[in-house]
Amino acid sequence: MDKKIGVYICSGCEIGESLDIDALAGVATSEYKVPVCKNHPMLCGEEGSSLIRGDIEKEGVNTVVIAACSPREKTNVFSYDPTVISMERINLREHVVWCHPPNDEDTQMLAEDYMRMGIAKAQKMAPLEPFSEEINKTVLVVGGGITGITSALEAARAGKDVVLVEKGPELGGWMAKLWKQYPKTPPYLELQETGIDSKIKEVKSNTNIRIYTGAKIDKTEGAPGLFDVTISQDGKSETVRVGSIVEATGWQPYDATKLGHLGFGKSPNVVTNIMIEEMAKKGKFVRPSDGKEAKSVAFIQCAGSRDSNHLPYCSSYCCLTSLKQAAYIREQDSNTKVYILYKDMRTPAQYELFYKKVQEDAGVFLTKGEVVGVSEDSDKNLIVDVDNTLLGDRIQIKADMVVLATGMVPSAGIQVKDLPLEPEGASDEKKKEEKEPPKDFIIPSDILNLKYRQGPELPNLKYGFPDSHYICFPYETRRTGIYAAGCVRQPMDGATCADDAAGAVLKAIQCVELTAQGKALHPRVGDMSYPDLYMSRCTQCKRCTEECPFGMYNEDEKGNPLPNPTRCRRCGICMGSCPERIISFKDYSVDIIGSMLKAIDVPEEDEEKPRVIAFLCENDAYPSMDIVGRKRLSYNPYMRVIPLRCLGNVNLVWIADALSKGIDGVLLIGCKYGDDYQCHYIKGSELANYRMEKVKETLDRLRLESDRIRILELSIDEYDKLPGIFDDFMETIERVGPNPYKGF
Amino acid sequence: MEREVFDKSILVVGGGISGLTTALEAAETGYRVILVEKEAFLGGRVARLNKYYTKLCPPSCGLEINFKRIKRNPNIQYFTLAEVESVSGEEGNYDVAIRVQPRYVNDNCTACGECEKVCVTEIENDFNLGMDKTKAAYIPYQLAFPMKYVLAPEIIGTDEAKKCLEACKYNAIDLGMQSETINVKVGSIVVTSGWKPYDASKIDNLGFGKYENVITNVMMERLAAPNGPTNGKILRPSDGKEVKNVIFVQCAGSRDENHLPYCSAVCCLASLKQATYVREQYQESKVTIFYIDIRAIGRFEDFYTKVQSDENVSFIKGKVAKVEEDPATKDPIVEVEDTLSGEKIKAKADLVVLATGIVPNMSDNKIPVNITCDEFGFAVSDPSKTGIYAAGCAKRPIGVAGAVQDATGAALKAIQSTLRRVTNG
Repeated sequence: MDKKIGVYICSGCEIGESLDIDALAGVATSEYKVPVCKNHPMLCGEEGSSLIRGDIEKEGVNTVVIAACSPREKTNVFSYDPTVISMERINLREHVVWCHPPNDEDTQMLAEDYMRMGIAKAQKMAPLEPFSEEINKTVLVVGGGITGITSALEAARAGKDVVLVEKGPELGGWMAKLWKQYPKTPPYLELQETGIDSKIKEVKSNTNIRIYTGAKIDKTEGAPGLFDVTISQDGKSETVRVGSIVEATGWQPYDATKLGHLGFGKSPNVVTNIMIEEMAKKGKFVRPSDGKEAKSVAFIQCAGSRDSNHLPYCSSYCCLTSLKQAAYIREQDSNTKVYILYKDMRTPAQYELFYKKVQEDAGVFLTKGEVVGVSEDSDKNLIVDVDNTLLGDRIQIKADMVVLATGMVPSAGIQVKDLPLEPEGASDEKKKEEKEPPKDFIIPSDILNLKYRQGPELPNLKYGFPDSHYICFPYETRRTGIYAAGCVRQPMDGATCADDAAGAVLKAIQCVELTAQGKALHPRVGDMSYPDLYMSRCTQCKRCTEECPFGMYNEDEKGNPLPNPTRCRRCGICMGSCPERIISFKDYSVDIIGSMLKAIDVPEEDEEKPRVIAFLCENDAYPSMDIVGRKRLSYNPYMRVIPLRCLGNVNLVWIADALSKGIDGVLLIGCKYGDDYQCHYIKGSELANYRMEKVKETLDRLRLESDRIRILELSIDEYDKLPGIFDDFMETIERVGPNPYKGF
Repeated sequence: MEREVFDKSILVVGGGISGLTTALEAAETGYRVILVEKEAFLGGRVARLNKYYTKLCPPSCGLEINFKRIKRNPNIQYFTLAEVESVSGEEGNYDVAIRVQPRYVNDNCTACGECEKVCVTEIENDFNLGMDKTKAAYIPYQLAFPMKYVLAPEIIGTDEAKKCLEACKYNAIDLGMQSETINVKVGSIVVTSGWKPYDASKIDNLGFGKYENVITNVMMERLAAPNGPTNGKILRPSDGKEVKNVIFVQCAGSRDENHLPYCSAVCCLASLKQATYVREQYQESKVTIFYIDIRAIGRFEDFYTKVQSDENVSFIKGKVAKVEEDPATKDPIVEVEDTLSGEKIKAKADLVVLATGIVPNMSDNKIPVNITCDEFGFAVSDPSKTGIYAAGCAKRPIGVAGAVQDATGAALKAIQSTLRRVTNG
């Protein structure tokens, strides 16, 4: 169908009072010859929106350009089916009239440029065609401990079929090895049953859950809705199709043989919290050296935890576990003395009440302190030297048995195969020298064995955990459709594991439901566009396959990218990486943005009106700029903002196009990257930064000042800094002078 | 295998971070959601934070994404200035009455600000915890959602209200708006009613309410926030001076038989975070944290390690006995025993921040649903009772990451309730 553009200008909210609407409309009708161009004093009202709908229904308008308030406002009013109608919104309010002087030549030029840019984009946008394929909705759960079992049950209760794969011969994981749990329900004072047995029964009797024990995953191929997972069990292989995956493979205890300084391995009566739990199940706390019952037990907290030489993090469960085990011991024999030596007792929320109860037991002695040594006497009794205690000086505790409260190591952090730990050829040193794009760190832990170009497992972020480190979106994952849950994701206790399982399952189900509709997942939920590749121009440079933060592309032997659309988050980072510009979305492409740039009317040098492009990430920088407008702060009128899905979309050709058009500078503002990254696509802004460093080299060669390009990180709450940032950049541009390519 | 589907919608009570999350996650999975929020905007307590720990990122970043998701999702219907009045029925089939208070502004509002320009009356700014004032025609804060003005009931019936009406070009002001009751049918209910800070004035010995320069942690967040009463400058209340020396009192009214016996889980990390605010703003500043245990649990330990490495931040284990004031300078004086050295300390500061705890809103304002609460007002999960669930701080004190985790799981539970399975054989 032929494109028919309708431009609608709202003159409300001071737009009409500040701009020459007729001249603005003239840009649309005379320069761009749009067939329909109307204006209204309140476009978002009943009358205004009906005007647009009328044109769609009766005049055949199928592309709507709305020049009014920010695209973030009145979204319920200006909302059309993107598979039929293309829509572009021009921000005349927050970005023009609210922060620039009314009835001013520069303000008018700004508005008119935005009109040109908006129409240029609209001309090239096409209606979306959602990706459509038969989507499987089965949930695969890897790991049969408390998290895996709960995940399977929750998914089944939500109407899904489940495949549960467990490495060991039995279900139950670490929970099955526990004697009791510490209290989770009011009055929060009594130890509780683990309940794992009844859960195992339930999962086994649920006909929607297919269980494989003594099994592992040889390989995982495909994409969300289309995963083909090969499970091997008893020497046989079976490939099942699933829709999404919950990785609930849990943890291993920290290797206590590394804690020789606390006596483990040196003295037989120095045991771990895991070993105490085994003793509790047997009903007696006996010393390994002579089989005698221990009448005094000392717990050393944070054994190999919160320690830069061992595990730097806290494993969250060990304080409560030691209190629980103290309660076991005291219950078994009220004459047994228990000592707990801690750095901090971490019993948050209502768990505090259990802590208080144990504290009130006269047979339990707790003190903060630094354990400086553990030695044994001739009878293999232990002597624990503790310094900096609440009693003042150093004390010595004699105990029949010492328990080291050791931490958790996530299964995803344990290298199983004999493969290099680091990605091929990239050490940190080399990375800095050669300025490679940031690569994922993946430990080959033999869990999923993904046949993904970027590596066989979920990327590890810190300490081996495959968590994405978002506060707001804890289930966010770098591999679409695969969700980590339980202790593999973060150290947590059994109750939290069960909650975590429910959350991960929700995301796993949501994934297949959205994918079945051809829609994207977080953060561009609902987006039905996806990348098209014009393969005949591909040069197999592998940038897209390496730089996609989500490993969307596989690769064939020749290096050609093989897209998997259901893995895609629609961020467009691949679009930015491609030097041949072969990647595009129907409503967003290198050409579309390039056309917007070229639509800008660049005045001649003698007019002394510089022009600067500002690429703003739509997630944080753009809303921030809206607030600048809302607060009526002002800044120079020479900036032309182009919102991007992510700063990682920036394709270097845009810089070249802008500069060759005579645009004086390019400012890029995106989200923070680094350890505490904010970028919603993990490494988009980091990639943009890496690419801009390359562009500076090119600029220097062209004898164009590299100062003309500036890239910055901005948080959404830093709106007060934006006017200063804009004006500061303009000062730099004025200093380096107008672009010599103007007028060429 | 037959599946009987009852009314598929879900009611979420409370529009803070937990409620937003439950609502969005369920809606994106394909279920209709009705979200009810008492205040005029969504976001609750987290909207009032300066930054989240431990990434020190602004809450508005995640909230902006969530609001964008709401805008794109026709499955969510939300009501602000609304509360649940009554609930009857059973799992799969609840009848709910929602009472919506008048905003006096309708959906025509374009947030252009003309009414605010002509409004003169000022009211206490609830968003800034009463630490400053706002006009009676106001938008709760710059990124408020919905981005719609509110007219405070105080001016209704006055000339001021008429002026606002006249200033509005879009017929957005409706002075005759009444409160109304909306009746809905839902399949399941998730209570995410959140929390309020413990009333620090009840902690006699710590001086809040008596001495101006003794504030609470939630007030500190507002002081440090760029959209707060002092535009982000941490200035002490009595004289507006920049602070050079700040003392944090941990477990203020928590882990205490006389106040809140439980631990509020977030205050240690919150104080560590606020210590970084002070340190970043004032290069020469000194911070002392008096604590019982520092609960930087799990991978949050890294953050504790980072703050500990700052020489200007000291940590002293000891429960604060008393806070007094030097009447001449209004400097607060903290009396505490350093339990490791045994020494009794009297420490003077420019500002004392009491790390007060979390009190569930249900402790004194029970939502009219059949939900069991513990003695503190926190909802108790009862696997035998299905249909009504709770998430976030309505269940137990928890930080944002934990609340969102929880709320996501609650969405699943709510969805399960709306599905009924009748298996053959």
